Amino acid sequence: MKKIEAIIQPFKLEPVKEALHSLSVQGMTVTEVKGFGRQKGLREVYRGMEYQVDFLPKVKIEIVAPDDKAQAIVETVMKAARTGRIGDGKIFVYPVAEVIRIRTGETGIDAV
Amino acid sequence: MNSGDTAFMLVSAALVMLMTPGLAFFYGGMARSKNVLGTIMQNFVMLGVISIQWALFGYSLAFGPDVGHLIGNLDWFGLNGVGLEPFKAYAETIPHQTFMIYQAMFAVITPALITGAWAERMKFSTFLAFMILWATLVYDPVAHWVWGDGGWLKNLGALDFAGGTVVHINAGIAALAAALVIGPRKGYGGVGNGEAFIPHNLPMTVLGAGLLWFGWFGFNAGSALAAGSLASSAFTATHLATSAAVLSWIGTEWVFRGKPTTLGAASGAVAGLVAITPAAGFVGPMSAIIIGLAAGFICYMAVLAKVKLGYDDSLDVVGVHCVGGIIGALLTGFFASKLVNPAGADGLFFGNPAQVGIQALAVLVTLVFSFVMSFILLKILDATMGLRVSTEEEVAGLDISEHSEVGYNL
Repeated sequence: MKKIEAIIQPFKLEPVKEALHSLSVQGMTVTEVKGFGRQKGLREVYRGMEYQVDFLPKVKIEIVAPDDKAQAIVETVMKAARTGRIGDGKIFVYPVAEVIRIRTGETGIDAV
Repeated sequence: MNSGDTAFMLVSAALVMLMTPGLAFFYGGMARSKNVLGTIMQNFVMLGVISIQWALFGYSLAFGPDVGHLIGNLDWFGLNGVGLEPFKAYAETIPHQTFMIYQAMFAVITPALITGAWAERMKFSTFLAFMILWATLVYDPVAHWVWGDGGWLKNLGALDFAGGTVVHINAGIAALAAALVIGPRKGYGGVGNGEAFIPHNLPMTVLGAGLLWFGWFGFNAGSALAAGSLASSAFTATHLATSAAVLSWIGTEWVFRGKPTTLGAASGAVAGLVAITPAAGFVGPMSAIIIGLAAGFICYMAVLAKVKLGYDDSLDVVGVHCVGGIIGALLTGFFASKLVNPAGADGLFFGNPAQVGIQALAVLVTLVFSFVMSFILLKILDATMGLRVSTEEEVAGLDISEHSEVGYNL
């Protein structure tokens, strides 16, 4: 099993979710996060005072999937989240040691 | 006694009361989230503290029988003799007690205005002590000079319809003393360096500005002390000056910074309300618009100046209230007209240049007296009780360190 963790532009959440639906992904977790990468921060002005804001808002989505579906999910997220400009985000793929469904106690691939 | 006037004044008193929670939201939204309750509390609690001070002896000092044109005596201690018959020298058609409770709301919000200067670092216990001392030794005397029967600035002919000197210059210059004595917030370094002091909830600030604007109709129109033509013209002047100041503030920042902001619109509204306060009952609608335009532009510039001058007036009490109050008090000397209010005076544009001098004197006296007194009181309290929370407490935020609670829970 793999965990796919993607950090994307907030306005790309909806297209990514739609694209993943068509892959019949069983579930995902979404978090509002802040951070910086090559896009750097932005400038905000309050009562004429300028502040450099280093951490930009992004959305992090996490999906756990069987090994054979991981590549398709990565490609789908990449396609749906891409604008071609700096700041589109990153995708990380991790191996998952175990999954347990709390309600039934099922483990492994059945619990995903 | 007139039931219409009394009804109007009771409603006006309630409107002015609402300004203090409005101010709490206005300031609270501009603070960082760890200080939202501490900032709100320093305003809200004034409704408790100063209302009692006022009933016990504050009203008597400000409006009681005159002693040497400087202060009221204590004959009205505990509202003794402040009854339900009109007190003719102040308001002929409403109960004396109605006038007293209306003025109580002014006494409450004036010290609350100062709290923006030391926001995010003031110790709560010292804050309470300062407020009681300041209300007693600064607000009550100045209110007596300008509004009290026998007060020396009133006798001189200074025009202050609803509190440009008594409320805004008085609190605004005390805020400068406060910012200087307490020192900047930890990490404050001006533009480009240091920590970012970004407002945590601007919708809350705009809500607060809206409540202030609403309540201010009670503040200014109510200062006519009767429901009639004067209240109506003060209401109109108040609204138009505020509208104009919104436009000139956001117009200025649009030109200089590229974008009009909601914080700018809210700040412009308050600057306009402040500037029209002394003038509201003395000027016509077009004069009010000019006063508002001037306030929005000049107050914006004044707020920026604090960075160059190097003091940390956290929420811009000096730039908005002190500077806005000065603009309003001086321009009253230019635009006042007996056509608007026969009981007032003509200003420079209506053939009486001397009024500008009288207005300037009232401004200067208030600036010097309030600054010196506030500075001394703050120095004494700093040496005895300490003004600031510890660095650890400041970093943790006032909500946790001073009140053991937080504004927002998951």
